[in-house]
Amino acid sequence: MSEHEVTLTVNGESVTRSVEARTLLIHFIREDLSLTGTHIGCDTTSCGACTVLVCGKPVKSCTMFAVQANGAEIETIENLAAGGALHPLQEGFWEKHGLQCGYCTPGMIMSAKGFLAENPNPTEDEIRQGISGNLCRCTGYNKIVEAIQYAAEKLQDAAAGGE
Amino acid sequence: MIPAAFDYHSPQSLDEALSLLQRHAGDAKILAGGQSLIPAMRFRLAMPSVLIDINRLDGLRYIEERGDHLAIGAMTLENALEDSPVVRSSYPLLRDTAVVIADPLVRNMATVGGNIAHADPANDHPATMLAYGATVVVKGPKGERSIAIDDFFTGLFENAMAEDEILTEIRIPKPAASSGGAYTKFERKVGDYAISAAAVQLRLDGSKVAEARIGLTNVSAVPMRAKAAEAELVGKSISDAVVEAAGKAAASECDPSPDLRGGVDYKRDITRVMVKRSIEQAVARAKGGK
Repeated sequence: MSEHEVTLTVNGESVTRSVEARTLLIHFIREDLSLTGTHIGCDTTSCGACTVLVCGKPVKSCTMFAVQANGAEIETIENLAAGGALHPLQEGFWEKHGLQCGYCTPGMIMSAKGFLAENPNPTEDEIRQGISGNLCRCTGYNKIVEAIQYAAEKLQDAAAGGE
Repeated sequence: MIPAAFDYHSPQSLDEALSLLQRHAGDAKILAGGQSLIPAMRFRLAMPSVLIDINRLDGLRYIEERGDHLAIGAMTLENALEDSPVVRSSYPLLRDTAVVIADPLVRNMATVGGNIAHADPANDHPATMLAYGATVVVKGPKGERSIAIDDFFTGLFENAMAEDEILTEIRIPKPAASSGGAYTKFERKVGDYAISAAAVQLRLDGSKVAEARIGLTNVSAVPMRAKAAEAELVGKSISDAVVEAAGKAAASECDPSPDLRGGVDYKRDITRVMVKRSIEQAVARAKGGK
């Protein structure tokens, strides 16, 4: 059994912990850091409920060891409403009713944040492809797509100097 | 589901990785993108006592045309294939494949080398690399060697590499003029393995097929070429009857297992259709279409 000291940035704060090599990133985030906004759904690399950003890229945190994140920047759902105001994606899910049970929502939002950073003005089809690694068993996805479209427009307005 | 305990190493160079692998030969697994290995470890289908994580080896991440081939570093991410201009412009079969592997989140971690080294007949790159006639470059304590893709897959999850070797590069021959390729995959949903999929790479000489290679996904225990289907194409002018004959040949030479994705007859028939669609798309591309 091997223990490793890891230092990584989580939501802008540097954290150092000793982890067992087999600790998955999702368990590290939820149990060692007590950030329980990131969910465990399928446990089999299928559902995307555990999606976080690693160095800006959305990945499934159930399919990566915490020790692999040494030196990385991690962003979880808890970072989005930093300062108390909802992020445009959170606002979009609120305004467009992009959730029912809400279990998949943190993963959906983190996936969307990742691909909107690369493609700020996606087509509907690109949004559907972008969230195709995230399963939702309630909504039928249409309201999620609308929520992301809402956020994309709002983020673009802000980038263009609106607001 | 928690994997069994293991010792973890994160080498900073290929030589360090090779010496670790030699020291732990037989006990160690290479951790590339981990998108197949980590789930297998969570199910305890794999319980390596040592993991050698090669994700710090950024020198193995590249896509570049060199002379007569496209060289892809083993640790190149699947999403880098999707974004690559040279893949988009000159290797449509590879591009078709890259965009249907698992899902976008998995493709942010998964690597081309891992997909091939895993030697899973359900993975998508094996069929594509068989169709391209690619070469796999591996490195071990005795140096580097090349393995033709036709000799690479030796069994279910088994390949021709020695225990102390690491896959470093994949070389795809640069397609000649009037060549075209396509990958067509039938899946229940994004992220699932194929029910069946077909990779076709061919070259036309006038109206006739001069060369053709066809690889099939998830319809055999070992990634396979559909050689009978290839034989139905080569030397013939493309017609509906020729394409149908190739599809039927592939359906009969593949060897699918029944599972939740369907029974044997169904999978054979889907294979027929996938092969036909890929041939038609490959021919259209060989003639200059998209």
